[in-house]
Amino acid sequence: MSTITEPETNDSGSPLDTEVPEKARKHALGDRIFSGLSFTAGITIMVALAGVFVFLFIEGYPGLSVDERFYRPKTDFWSYVGPLVFGTTYAAIIALVLAVPFAIGIALFISHYAPRRLAGPLGYVIDLLAAIPSVVFGLWGGRALADQMKPFLIWLEDTLGFLPFFGGPASVTGRTLLTAGVVLAIMILPIITAISREIFLQTPRLHEEAALALGATRWEMIRMAVFPYARSGMVSATMLGLGRALGETMAVAMVLSASPIVTLNIISSENPATIASNIASNYKEASPDRQAVLIATGLILFAFTFAVNFLARYVAGRSERRMAR
Amino acid sequence: MAKSIEISDLDIYYGDFLAVQGVNMSIKARSVTAFIGPSGCGKSTVLRSLNRMHEVIPGARVEGKIAIAGQSLYDSAVDPVSVRRMIGMVFQRPNPFPTMSIYENVLAGNRLNSKKMKKSEADDIVERSLKGANLWNEVKDRLTKPGMGLSGGQQQRLCIARAIAVEPQVLLMDEPCSALDPISTSAIEDLIHELKSDYTIVIVTHNMQQAARVSDETGFFNLKAAGQPGHLVEFNSTQKMFANPDNEATEAYISGRFG
Repeated sequence: MSTITEPETNDSGSPLDTEVPEKARKHALGDRIFSGLSFTAGITIMVALAGVFVFLFIEGYPGLSVDERFYRPKTDFWSYVGPLVFGTTYAAIIALVLAVPFAIGIALFISHYAPRRLAGPLGYVIDLLAAIPSVVFGLWGGRALADQMKPFLIWLEDTLGFLPFFGGPASVTGRTLLTAGVVLAIMILPIITAISREIFLQTPRLHEEAALALGATRWEMIRMAVFPYARSGMVSATMLGLGRALGETMAVAMVLSASPIVTLNIISSENPATIASNIASNYKEASPDRQAVLIATGLILFAFTFAVNFLARYVAGRSERRMAR
Repeated sequence: MAKSIEISDLDIYYGDFLAVQGVNMSIKARSVTAFIGPSGCGKSTVLRSLNRMHEVIPGARVEGKIAIAGQSLYDSAVDPVSVRRMIGMVFQRPNPFPTMSIYENVLAGNRLNSKKMKKSEADDIVERSLKGANLWNEVKDRLTKPGMGLSGGQQQRLCIARAIAVEPQVLLMDEPCSALDPISTSAIEDLIHELKSDYTIVIVTHNMQQAARVSDETGFFNLKAAGQPGHLVEFNSTQKMFANPDNEATEAYISGRFG
Protein backbone atom coordinates (compact mmCIF):
# COMPACT_ATOMS: atom_id res chain seq x y z
CA MET A 1 0.00 0.00 0.00
CA SER A 2 2.42 2.51 1.19
CA THR A 3 4.65 1.94 -1.79
CA ILE A 4 1.77 2.81 -4.09
CA THR A 5 0.32 5.71 -2.13
CA GLU A 6 3.59 7.41 -1.58
CA PRO A 7 4.12 8.43 -5.16
CA GLU A 8 0.48 9.56 -5.16
CA THR A 9 0.92 11.84 -2.17
CA ASN A 10 4.01 13.08 -3.89
CA ASP A 11 1.90 13.82 -6.90
CA SER A 12 -0.78 15.57 -4.91
CA GLY A 13 1.90 17.63 -3.21
CA SER A 14 3.56 18.28 -6.51
CA PRO A 15 1.44 21.17 -7.87
CA LEU A 16 3.34 23.43 -5.53
CA ASP A 17 6.61 21.96 -6.66
CA THR A 18 5.93 22.00 -10.36
CA GLU A 19 4.11 25.30 -10.49
CA VAL A 20 7.23 27.33 -9.92
CA PRO A 21 9.26 25.70 -12.68
CA GLU A 22 6.28 25.98 -15.03
CA LYS A 23 6.00 29.67 -14.36
CA ALA A 24 9.72 30.00 -14.76
CA ARG A 25 9.46 28.17 -18.07
CA LYS A 26 6.77 30.58 -19.23
CA HIS A 27 9.00 33.47 -18.26
CA ALA A 28 11.88 31.81 -20.06
CA LEU A 29 9.76 31.43 -23.19
CA GLY A 30 8.71 35.09 -23.07
CA ASP A 31 12.30 36.06 -22.51
CA ARG A 32 13.44 33.99 -25.46
CA ILE A 33 10.79 35.43 -27.77
CA PHE A 34 11.63 38.97 -26.78
CA SER A 35 15.36 38.55 -27.00
CA GLY A 36 14.89 36.83 -30.37
CA LEU A 37 12.80 39.76 -31.62
CA SER A 38 15.22 42.40 -30.49
CA PHE A 39 18.15 40.40 -31.84
CA THR A 40 16.41 40.17 -35.21
CA ALA A 41 15.70 43.88 -35.19
CA GLY A 42 19.34 44.64 -34.46
CA ILE A 43 20.60 42.28 -37.15
CA THR A 44 18.14 43.68 -39.71
CA ILE A 45 19.70 47.10 -39.38
CA MET A 46 23.15 45.66 -39.91
CA VAL A 47 21.98 43.69 -42.95
CA ALA A 48 20.20 46.70 -44.44
CA LEU A 49 23.27 48.86 -43.98
CA ALA A 50 25.53 46.19 -45.45
CA GLY A 51 23.07 45.80 -48.34
CA VAL A 52 23.20 49.52 -49.10
CA PHE A 53 26.96 49.41 -49.05
CA VAL A 54 27.12 46.35 -51.32
CA PHE A 55 24.70 47.97 -53.78
CA LEU A 56 26.66 51.22 -53.85
CA PHE A 57 29.91 49.35 -54.25
CA ILE A 58 28.79 47.03 -57.07
CA GLU A 59 26.93 49.72 -59.00
CA GLY A 60 29.39 52.48 -58.29
CA TYR A 61 32.75 50.74 -58.60
CA PRO A 62 32.76 50.90 -62.44
CA GLY A 63 32.04 54.61 -62.14
CA LEU A 64 35.48 55.18 -60.61
CA SER A 65 37.13 54.52 -63.99
CA VAL A 66 34.89 55.21 -66.98
CA ASP A 67 35.71 57.21 -70.06
CA GLU A 68 36.86 60.79 -69.48
CA ARG A 69 33.83 62.36 -71.12
CA PHE A 70 31.52 61.05 -68.42
CA TYR A 71 33.31 63.19 -65.87
CA ARG A 72 32.53 66.37 -67.74
CA PRO A 73 33.47 69.11 -67.03
CA LYS A 74 36.37 67.33 -65.32
CA THR A 75 38.45 64.46 -66.60
CA ASP A 76 38.71 61.90 -63.79
CA PHE A 77 36.66 60.71 -60.84
CA TRP A 78 38.53 62.31 -57.98
CA SER A 79 38.60 65.76 -59.50
CA TYR A 80 34.89 65.29 -60.23
CA VAL A 81 33.91 64.27 -56.71
CA GLY A 82 36.31 66.64 -54.94
CA PRO A 83 34.24 69.85 -55.34
CA LEU A 84 31.11 67.89 -54.46
CA VAL A 85 32.59 66.61 -51.20
CA PHE A 86 33.72 70.13 -50.46
CA GLY A 87 30.28 71.56 -51.24
CA THR A 88 28.57 68.91 -49.11
CA THR A 89 30.80 69.55 -46.12
CA TYR A 90 30.68 73.30 -46.50
CA ALA A 91 26.89 73.49 -46.74
CA ALA A 92 26.57 71.18 -43.74
CA ILE A 93 29.00 73.27 -41.70
CA ILE A 94 27.12 76.48 -42.54
CA ALA A 95 23.92 74.77 -41.45
CA LEU A 96 25.48 73.61 -38.19
CA VAL A 97 26.98 77.01 -37.39
CA LEU A 98 23.56 78.59 -37.87
CA ALA A 99 21.46 75.85 -36.27
CA VAL A 100 23.39 74.70 -33.21
CA PRO A 101 23.38 77.96 -31.21
CA PHE A 102 19.72 78.45 -32.07
CA ALA A 103 18.80 74.88 -31.17
CA ILE A 104 20.66 74.97 -27.85
CA GLY A 105 19.06 78.29 -27.05
CA ILE A 106 15.57 77.02 -27.82
CA ALA A 107 16.18 73.81 -25.89
CA LEU A 108 17.40 75.76 -22.85
CA PHE A 109 14.44 78.09 -23.07
CA ILE A 110 12.06 75.15 -23.10
CA SER A 111 13.83 73.19 -20.36
CA HIS A 112 14.89 75.92 -17.95
CA TYR A 113 13.44 79.33 -18.74
CA ALA A 114 9.97 79.15 -20.22
CA PRO A 115 6.94 78.85 -17.96
CA ARG A 116 5.42 75.39 -18.34
CA ARG A 117 2.40 76.74 -20.24
CA LEU A 118 4.66 78.04 -22.99
CA ALA A 119 7.30 75.29 -22.96
CA GLY A 120 4.95 72.50 -24.00
CA PRO A 121 3.42 74.14 -27.10
CA LEU A 122 6.79 75.50 -28.18
CA GLY A 123 8.22 71.99 -28.05
CA TYR A 124 5.40 70.69 -30.25
CA VAL A 125 5.90 73.45 -32.80
CA ILE A 126 9.60 72.68 -33.06
CA ASP A 127 8.84 68.98 -33.48
CA LEU A 128 6.35 69.88 -36.22
CA LEU A 129 9.15 71.50 -38.22
CA ALA A 130 10.62 68.00 -38.57
CA ALA A 131 7.43 66.80 -40.25
CA ILE A 132 7.62 69.22 -43.19
CA PRO A 133 8.79 67.37 -46.34
CA SER A 134 12.15 68.51 -47.66
CA VAL A 135 10.64 69.31 -51.06
CA VAL A 136 8.50 71.93 -49.39
CA PHE A 137 11.56 73.40 -47.72
CA GLY A 138 13.26 73.37 -51.12
CA LEU A 139 10.38 75.20 -52.79
CA TRP A 140 10.23 77.74 -50.02
CA GLY A 141 14.02 78.20 -50.05
CA GLY A 142 14.27 78.59 -53.82
CA ARG A 143 11.22 80.80 -54.35
CA ALA A 144 10.63 82.78 -51.18
CA LEU A 145 13.77 82.79 -49.07
CA ALA A 146 16.16 83.35 -51.98
CA ASP A 147 14.36 86.60 -52.87
CA GLN A 148 14.40 87.80 -49.30
CA MET A 149 18.08 87.01 -48.99
CA LYS A 150 19.13 89.29 -51.86
CA PRO A 151 19.47 92.58 -49.93
CA PHE A 152 21.12 90.72 -47.07
CA LEU A 153 23.70 89.24 -49.46
CA ILE A 154 24.50 92.70 -50.83
CA TRP A 155 24.84 94.01 -47.30
CA LEU A 156 27.21 91.16 -46.44
CA GLU A 157 29.33 91.91 -49.49
CA ASP A 158 29.49 95.61 -48.64
CA THR A 159 30.30 95.33 -44.94
CA LEU A 160 32.09 92.00 -44.57
CA GLY A 161 33.46 91.69 -48.11
CA PHE A 162 37.03 91.54 -46.80
CA LEU A 163 36.33 88.05 -45.47
CA PRO A 164 36.79 85.26 -48.02
CA PHE A 165 33.29 83.95 -47.23
CA PHE A 166 31.58 87.13 -48.36
CA GLY A 167 33.82 88.10 -51.25
CA GLY A 168 30.95 88.51 -53.69
CA PRO A 169 29.85 89.53 -56.19
CA ALA A 170 26.53 88.99 -54.46
CA SER A 171 24.22 86.73 -56.42
CA VAL A 172 21.33 88.50 -58.13
CA THR A 173 19.06 85.47 -57.74
CA GLY A 174 19.78 84.87 -54.08
CA ARG A 175 20.26 81.17 -54.80
CA THR A 176 23.55 80.80 -53.00
CA LEU A 177 25.26 78.34 -50.71
CA LEU A 178 24.36 80.60 -47.80
CA THR A 179 20.68 80.37 -48.69
CA ALA A 180 20.96 76.60 -48.95
CA GLY A 181 22.72 76.59 -45.59
CA VAL A 182 19.89 78.56 -44.00
CA VAL A 183 17.32 76.10 -45.36
CA LEU A 184 19.40 73.18 -44.12
CA ALA A 185 19.75 74.85 -40.73
CA ILE A 186 15.98 75.09 -40.36
CA MET A 187 15.68 71.46 -41.36
CA ILE A 188 18.14 70.16 -38.77
CA LEU A 189 16.93 72.50 -36.04
CA PRO A 190 14.18 70.19 -34.69
CA ILE A 191 16.32 67.14 -34.10
CA ILE A 192 19.11 69.06 -32.35
CA THR A 193 16.57 70.94 -30.25
CA ALA A 194 14.59 67.85 -29.30
CA ILE A 195 17.59 65.83 -28.18
CA SER A 196 19.27 68.72 -26.34
CA ARG A 197 16.01 69.51 -24.55
CA GLU A 198 15.66 65.94 -23.30
CA ILE A 199 19.25 65.89 -22.06
CA PHE A 200 18.90 69.28 -20.35
CA LEU A 201 15.79 68.08 -18.55
CA GLN A 202 17.68 65.09 -17.22
CA THR A 203 20.32 67.14 -15.41
CA PRO A 204 20.39 65.83 -11.84
CA ARG A 205 18.48 68.16 -9.54
CA LEU A 206 21.27 67.69 -7.00
CA HIS A 207 23.81 69.38 -9.26
CA GLU A 208 21.48 72.22 -10.16
CA GLU A 209 20.77 72.87 -6.49
CA ALA A 210 24.48 72.72 -5.67
CA ALA A 211 25.05 75.59 -8.07
CA LEU A 212 21.98 77.57 -7.00
CA ALA A 213 22.84 77.22 -3.30
CA LEU A 214 26.24 78.78 -4.01
CA GLY A 215 24.41 81.82 -5.31
CA ALA A 216 24.54 81.08 -9.02
CA THR A 217 22.14 82.93 -11.27
CA ARG A 218 20.16 80.76 -13.63
CA TRP A 219 22.65 81.18 -16.44
CA GLU A 220 25.57 80.47 -14.10
CA MET A 221 23.76 77.38 -12.87
CA ILE A 222 23.32 76.24 -16.47
CA ARG A 223 27.02 76.72 -17.14
CA MET A 224 28.11 74.97 -13.92
CA ALA A 225 25.65 72.10 -13.81
CA VAL A 226 23.64 71.67 -17.01
CA PHE A 227 26.22 72.05 -19.78
CA PRO A 228 28.88 69.79 -18.24
CA TYR A 229 26.27 67.12 -17.72
CA ALA A 230 24.76 67.48 -21.19
CA ARG A 231 27.96 67.86 -23.20
CA SER A 232 28.08 64.40 -24.73
CA GLY A 233 24.37 64.52 -25.51
CA MET A 234 24.78 67.87 -27.21
CA VAL A 235 27.57 66.40 -29.34
CA SER A 236 25.35 63.47 -30.31
CA ALA A 237 22.49 65.82 -31.17
CA THR A 238 24.79 67.94 -33.32
CA MET A 239 26.09 64.87 -35.10
CA LEU A 240 22.59 63.64 -35.91
CA GLY A 241 21.87 67.08 -37.34
CA LEU A 242 25.11 66.99 -39.29
CA GLY A 243 24.21 63.58 -40.70
CA ARG A 244 20.92 64.93 -41.95
CA ALA A 245 22.54 68.03 -43.41
CA LEU A 246 25.16 65.97 -45.25
CA GLY A 247 22.57 63.72 -46.84
CA GLU A 248 19.87 66.28 -47.62
CA THR A 249 18.94 66.20 -51.29
CA MET A 250 15.91 68.02 -52.58
CA ALA A 251 16.13 71.17 -50.53
CA VAL A 252 19.66 71.85 -51.72
CA ALA A 253 18.99 70.82 -55.31
CA MET A 254 16.04 73.19 -55.52
CA VAL A 255 17.84 76.16 -54.00
CA LEU A 256 21.29 75.96 -55.49
CA SER A 257 22.47 76.81 -58.97
CA ALA A 258 25.51 74.62 -59.00
CA SER A 259 28.87 74.84 -60.68
CA PRO A 260 31.81 72.46 -60.22
CA ILE A 261 34.13 74.77 -58.33
CA VAL A 262 35.77 74.97 -54.93
CA THR A 263 35.30 78.35 -53.30
CA LEU A 264 34.86 79.69 -49.80
CA ASN A 265 32.58 82.40 -51.16
CA ILE A 266 29.04 81.66 -50.03
CA ILE A 267 27.17 84.64 -51.49
CA SER A 268 28.06 84.52 -55.18
CA SER A 269 26.11 82.81 -57.94
CA GLU A 270 28.90 80.26 -58.44
CA ASN A 271 28.42 77.54 -55.85
CA PRO A 272 29.67 74.00 -55.43
CA ALA A 273 26.81 71.49 -55.41
CA THR A 274 26.50 68.82 -52.75
CA ILE A 275 26.83 65.13 -53.55
CA ALA A 276 23.22 64.31 -52.83
CA SER A 277 21.78 67.26 -54.74
CA ASN A 278 24.11 66.55 -57.67
CA ILE A 279 22.81 62.98 -57.88
CA ALA A 280 19.21 64.15 -57.68
CA SER A 281 19.53 66.76 -60.41
CA ASN A 282 21.52 64.59 -62.87
CA TYR A 283 20.36 61.04 -62.36
CA LYS A 284 17.28 60.93 -64.57
CA GLU A 285 18.77 61.95 -67.89
CA ALA A 286 22.08 60.17 -67.34
CA SER A 287 23.52 57.35 -69.47
CA PRO A 288 24.43 54.10 -67.63
CA ASP A 289 28.09 55.08 -67.38
CA ARG A 290 27.20 58.50 -66.08
CA GLN A 291 24.84 56.86 -63.59
CA ALA A 292 27.69 54.67 -62.37
CA VAL A 293 29.71 57.81 -61.75
CA LEU A 294 26.85 59.33 -59.76
CA ILE A 295 26.43 56.16 -57.69
CA ALA A 296 30.16 56.18 -57.02
CA THR A 297 29.78 59.70 -55.60
CA GLY A 298 27.02 58.24 -53.45
CA LEU A 299 29.46 55.63 -52.20
CA ILE A 300 31.83 58.42 -51.24
CA LEU A 301 29.05 60.21 -49.36
CA PHE A 302 28.18 56.97 -47.56
CA ALA A 303 31.77 56.43 -46.47
CA PHE A 304 32.16 60.08 -45.52
CA THR A 305 29.00 60.15 -43.38
CA PHE A 306 30.09 56.92 -41.73
CA ALA A 307 33.47 58.39 -40.87
CA VAL A 308 31.90 61.56 -39.46
CA ASN A 309 29.57 59.53 -37.27
CA PHE A 310 32.36 57.37 -35.92
CA LEU A 311 34.38 60.45 -35.14
CA ALA A 312 31.40 61.93 -33.33
CA ARG A 313 30.89 58.75 -31.29
CA TYR A 314 34.52 58.89 -30.33
CA VAL A 315 34.32 62.52 -29.26
CA ALA A 316 31.10 61.96 -27.30
CA GLY A 317 32.51 58.81 -25.71
CA ARG A 318 35.67 60.60 -24.68
CA SER A 319 33.86 63.27 -22.71
CA GLU A 320 31.69 60.58 -21.12
CA ARG A 321 34.73 58.61 -20.08
CA ARG A 322 36.17 61.74 -18.55
CA MET A 323 32.99 62.18 -16.51
CA ALA A 324 33.10 58.60 -15.27
CA ARG A 325 36.68 58.81 -14.08
CA MET B 1 30.68 87.18 10.13
CA ALA B 2 28.25 84.85 11.88
CA LYS B 3 24.77 86.30 12.19
CA SER B 4 21.64 85.44 14.09
CA ILE B 5 18.33 84.58 12.45
CA GLU B 6 14.85 85.68 13.51
CA ILE B 7 11.86 83.76 12.21
CA SER B 8 8.40 85.11 12.95
CA ASP B 9 4.97 83.78 11.93
CA LEU B 10 6.42 81.83 9.04
CA ASP B 11 3.96 80.04 6.75
CA ILE B 12 5.29 78.13 3.76
CA TYR B 13 3.13 77.13 0.81
CA TYR B 14 3.63 74.86 -2.18
CA GLY B 15 1.01 76.27 -4.51
CA ASP B 16 -2.20 76.18 -2.48
CA PHE B 17 -0.88 73.56 -0.10
CA LEU B 18 0.16 74.93 3.29
CA ALA B 19 3.22 72.87 4.20
CA VAL B 20 4.40 74.63 7.35
CA GLN B 21 2.44 76.94 9.61
CA GLY B 22 3.24 79.51 12.24
CA VAL B 23 6.93 79.01 12.96
CA ASN B 24 8.55 81.40 15.43
CA MET B 25 12.12 81.01 16.58
CA SER B 26 15.33 82.88 17.01
CA ILE B 27 18.55 81.19 16.07
CA LYS B 28 21.65 82.43 17.87
CA ALA B 29 24.84 83.37 16.11
CA ARG B 30 27.81 81.03 16.53
CA SER B 31 25.74 78.12 17.69
CA VAL B 32 24.38 74.91 16.26
CA THR B 33 20.62 74.63 15.97
CA ALA B 34 19.15 71.25 15.11
CA PHE B 35 15.73 70.59 13.54
CA ILE B 36 14.27 67.19 14.37
CA GLY B 37 10.94 65.58 13.62
CA PRO B 38 9.27 62.85 11.58
CA SER B 39 9.50 62.74 7.78
CA GLY B 40 7.28 65.23 6.00
CA CYS B 41 6.89 67.53 8.99
CA GLY B 42 8.46 70.47 7.13
CA LYS B 43 11.83 70.78 8.83
CA SER B 44 13.72 70.64 5.55
CA THR B 45 11.24 73.08 4.04
CA VAL B 46 11.90 75.56 6.84
CA LEU B 47 15.64 75.08 6.39
CA ARG B 48 15.39 75.69 2.66
CA SER B 49 13.33 78.82 3.22
CA LEU B 50 16.27 80.26 5.17
CA ASN B 51 18.28 80.69 1.97
CA ARG B 52 15.30 80.90 -0.36
CA MET B 53 16.16 77.56 -1.96
CA HIS B 54 12.58 76.33 -1.62
CA GLU B 55 11.69 78.87 -4.35
CA VAL B 56 13.42 76.60 -6.84
CA ILE B 57 10.24 74.52 -6.76
CA PRO B 58 7.57 76.25 -8.89
CA GLY B 59 4.70 77.62 -6.85
CA ALA B 60 6.55 77.67 -3.53
CA ARG B 61 6.12 80.84 -1.49
CA VAL B 62 6.50 82.18 2.00
CA GLU B 63 4.43 84.36 4.30
CA GLY B 64 5.82 85.84 7.47
CA LYS B 65 9.26 87.15 8.19
CA ILE B 66 12.78 85.81 8.23
CA ALA B 67 15.50 88.28 9.16
CA ILE B 68 19.22 87.75 9.33
CA ALA B 69 20.91 90.30 11.59
CA GLY B 70 17.84 92.47 11.17
CA GLN B 71 17.83 92.31 7.37
CA SER B 72 14.66 90.74 6.03
CA LEU B 73 15.34 88.00 3.47
CA TYR B 74 12.03 88.38 1.70
CA ASP B 75 11.99 92.12 1.02
CA SER B 76 11.03 92.73 -2.57
CA ALA B 77 14.36 94.49 -3.08
CA VAL B 78 16.33 91.43 -2.01
CA ASP B 79 17.67 89.19 -4.76
CA PRO B 80 17.51 85.47 -3.86
CA VAL B 81 20.87 85.02 -5.55
CA SER B 82 22.55 87.40 -3.13
CA VAL B 83 20.82 85.69 -0.18
CA ARG B 84 22.28 82.36 -1.24
CA ARG B 85 25.71 83.89 -1.58
CA MET B 86 25.77 84.79 2.09
CA ILE B 87 24.11 81.61 3.34
CA GLY B 88 25.90 78.36 2.52
CA MET B 89 24.14 75.05 2.18
CA VAL B 90 25.15 71.40 2.40
CA PHE B 91 22.80 68.78 1.02
CA GLN B 92 21.62 65.33 1.99
CA ARG B 93 23.71 63.62 -0.65
CA PRO B 94 27.18 64.90 -1.48
CA ASN B 95 27.00 66.85 -4.73
CA PRO B 96 30.40 67.98 -5.96
CA PHE B 97 30.36 69.14 -9.58
CA PRO B 98 31.29 66.00 -11.52
CA THR B 99 33.38 67.65 -14.21
CA MET B 100 35.39 69.84 -11.84
CA SER B 101 38.58 68.97 -10.00
CA ILE B 102 38.75 69.10 -6.21
CA TYR B 103 40.46 72.47 -6.50
CA GLU B 104 37.81 73.91 -8.83
CA ASN B 105 34.99 72.51 -6.73
CA VAL B 106 36.20 74.40 -3.67
CA LEU B 107 36.47 77.60 -5.68
CA ALA B 108 33.13 77.23 -7.50
CA GLY B 109 31.36 79.75 -5.26
CA ASN B 110 34.24 82.24 -5.29
CA ARG B 111 34.40 82.11 -9.06
CA LEU B 112 30.78 83.20 -9.13
CA ASN B 113 31.49 86.19 -6.93
CA SER B 114 34.61 87.50 -8.61
CA LYS B 115 35.71 86.44 -12.03
CA LYS B 116 39.35 87.37 -11.64
CA MET B 117 41.35 85.93 -8.79
CA LYS B 118 45.10 85.79 -8.37
CA LYS B 119 46.53 82.29 -8.39
CA SER B 120 48.08 82.75 -4.96
CA GLU B 121 44.81 84.08 -3.60
CA ALA B 122 42.92 81.11 -5.02
CA ASP B 123 45.48 78.69 -3.57
CA ASP B 124 45.03 80.30 -0.16
CA ILE B 125 41.26 79.97 -0.27
CA VAL B 126 41.45 76.32 -1.32
CA GLU B 127 43.93 75.45 1.41
CA ARG B 128 42.06 77.35 4.11
CA SER B 129 38.68 75.89 3.14
CA LEU B 130 39.91 72.32 2.84
CA LYS B 131 41.69 72.66 6.18
CA GLY B 132 38.50 74.08 7.62
CA ALA B 133 36.65 71.03 6.36
CA ASN B 134 39.31 68.63 7.71
CA LEU B 135 40.02 67.37 4.24
CA TRP B 136 43.32 69.05 3.39
CA ASN B 137 45.63 66.26 4.51
CA GLU B 138 43.71 63.65 2.54
CA VAL B 139 43.58 65.52 -0.77
CA LYS B 140 46.46 67.99 -0.84
CA ASP B 141 48.42 65.77 -3.27
CA ARG B 142 45.57 65.32 -5.72
CA LEU B 143 43.84 68.67 -5.94
CA THR B 144 43.61 68.42 -9.71
CA LYS B 145 41.80 65.06 -9.62
CA PRO B 146 38.00 65.00 -10.05
CA GLY B 147 35.95 65.51 -6.90
CA MET B 148 33.82 62.50 -7.76
CA GLY B 149 36.81 60.23 -7.15
CA LEU B 150 36.61 60.78 -3.40
CA SER B 151 34.68 58.60 -0.95
CA GLY B 152 31.17 59.65 0.08
CA GLY B 153 32.35 61.15 3.37
CA GLN B 154 35.20 62.99 1.68
CA GLN B 155 32.82 64.30 -0.98
CA GLN B 156 30.54 65.64 1.73
CA ARG B 157 33.47 67.39 3.41
CA LEU B 158 34.43 68.74 -0.01
CA CYS B 159 30.93 70.18 -0.26
CA ILE B 160 31.35 71.76 3.17
CA ALA B 161 34.69 73.21 2.04
CA ARG B 162 32.95 74.60 -1.04
CA ALA B 163 30.26 76.15 1.16
CA ILE B 164 32.69 77.79 3.61
CA ALA B 165 35.08 78.97 0.88
CA VAL B 166 32.88 82.01 0.33
CA GLU B 167 32.80 82.72 4.09
CA PRO B 168 29.04 82.68 4.48
CA GLN B 169 27.25 84.14 7.48
CA VAL B 170 25.18 81.06 8.04
CA LEU B 171 25.68 77.42 7.13
CA LEU B 172 22.63 75.26 6.50
CA MET B 173 22.93 71.49 6.53
CA ASP B 174 20.10 69.28 5.29
CA GLU B 175 20.70 65.82 6.79
CA PRO B 176 24.36 66.02 5.86
CA CYS B 177 25.20 62.56 7.22
CA SER B 178 22.23 60.52 6.05
CA ALA B 179 24.16 59.01 3.13
CA LEU B 180 27.35 58.41 5.10
CA ASP B 181 28.82 55.58 7.17
CA PRO B 182 29.36 56.03 10.95
CA ILE B 183 33.05 56.93 10.65
CA SER B 184 32.42 59.64 8.04
CA THR B 185 29.47 60.80 10.13
CA SER B 186 31.69 61.18 13.15
CA ALA B 187 34.20 63.17 11.06
CA ILE B 188 31.45 65.55 9.94
CA GLU B 189 30.14 65.93 13.50
CA ASP B 190 33.61 66.83 14.75
CA LEU B 191 33.80 69.33 11.94
CA ILE B 192 30.48 70.89 12.94
CA HIS B 193 31.84 71.39 16.44
CA GLU B 194 34.85 73.24 15.03
CA LEU B 195 32.85 75.32 12.56
CA LYS B 196 30.57 76.51 15.34
CA SER B 197 33.13 79.05 16.50
CA ASP B 198 32.93 80.88 13.17
CA TYR B 199 29.50 80.16 11.73
CA THR B 200 25.87 80.04 12.63
CA ILE B 201 24.89 76.48 11.80
CA VAL B 202 21.41 75.08 11.27
CA ILE B 203 21.21 71.33 10.77
CA VAL B 204 18.29 69.06 9.91
CA THR B 205 18.74 65.52 11.13
CA HIS B 206 16.76 62.32 11.49
CA ASN B 207 19.23 61.03 14.00
CA MET B 208 18.35 62.22 17.50
CA GLN B 209 21.66 61.14 18.97
CA GLN B 210 23.27 63.35 16.38
CA ALA B 211 21.09 66.28 17.36
CA ALA B 212 21.97 65.68 21.00
CA ARG B 213 25.68 65.43 20.19
CA VAL B 214 26.17 68.43 17.91
CA SER B 215 23.55 71.03 18.73
CA ASP B 216 23.12 73.75 21.31
CA GLU B 217 19.46 74.26 20.63
CA THR B 218 16.87 71.98 19.13
CA GLY B 219 13.57 72.56 17.39
CA PHE B 220 11.05 69.72 17.21
CA PHE B 221 8.68 69.83 14.24
CA ASN B 222 5.60 67.68 13.88
CA LEU B 223 2.41 67.34 11.88
CA LYS B 224 -0.78 68.21 13.73
CA ALA B 225 -2.39 65.30 11.91
CA ALA B 226 -1.97 63.51 8.59
CA GLY B 227 -2.60 66.01 5.77
CA GLN B 228 -2.28 68.96 8.14
CA PRO B 229 0.56 71.47 7.91
CA GLY B 230 3.73 70.92 9.91
CA HIS B 231 4.46 73.21 12.84
CA LEU B 232 7.12 73.85 15.42
CA VAL B 233 6.17 71.98 18.61
CA GLU B 234 8.98 73.02 20.86
CA PHE B 235 12.17 75.03 20.62
CA ASN B 236 14.56 74.85 23.56
CA SER B 237 18.13 74.23 24.52
CA THR B 238 19.22 70.78 23.46
CA GLN B 239 20.02 69.86 27.03
CA LYS B 240 16.51 70.64 28.17
CA MET B 241 14.90 69.04 25.11
CA PHE B 242 16.57 65.71 25.74
CA ALA B 243 16.38 65.71 29.53
CA ASN B 244 13.14 67.38 30.45
CA PRO B 245 11.17 68.80 27.52
CA ASP B 246 8.24 71.11 28.12
CA ASN B 247 5.99 69.38 25.66
CA GLU B 248 4.68 65.84 26.03
CA ALA B 249 4.84 65.16 22.29
CA THR B 250 8.50 66.11 22.28
CA GLU B 251 9.22 63.66 25.05
CA ALA B 252 7.25 60.93 23.30
CA TYR B 253 9.20 61.48 20.08
CA ILE B 254 12.59 61.70 21.70
CA SER B 255 12.11 58.67 23.90
CA GLY B 256 10.85 56.68 20.93
CA ARG B 257 7.24 56.39 22.17
CA PHE B 258 5.91 58.12 19.11
CA GLY B 259 2.45 57.80 17.63
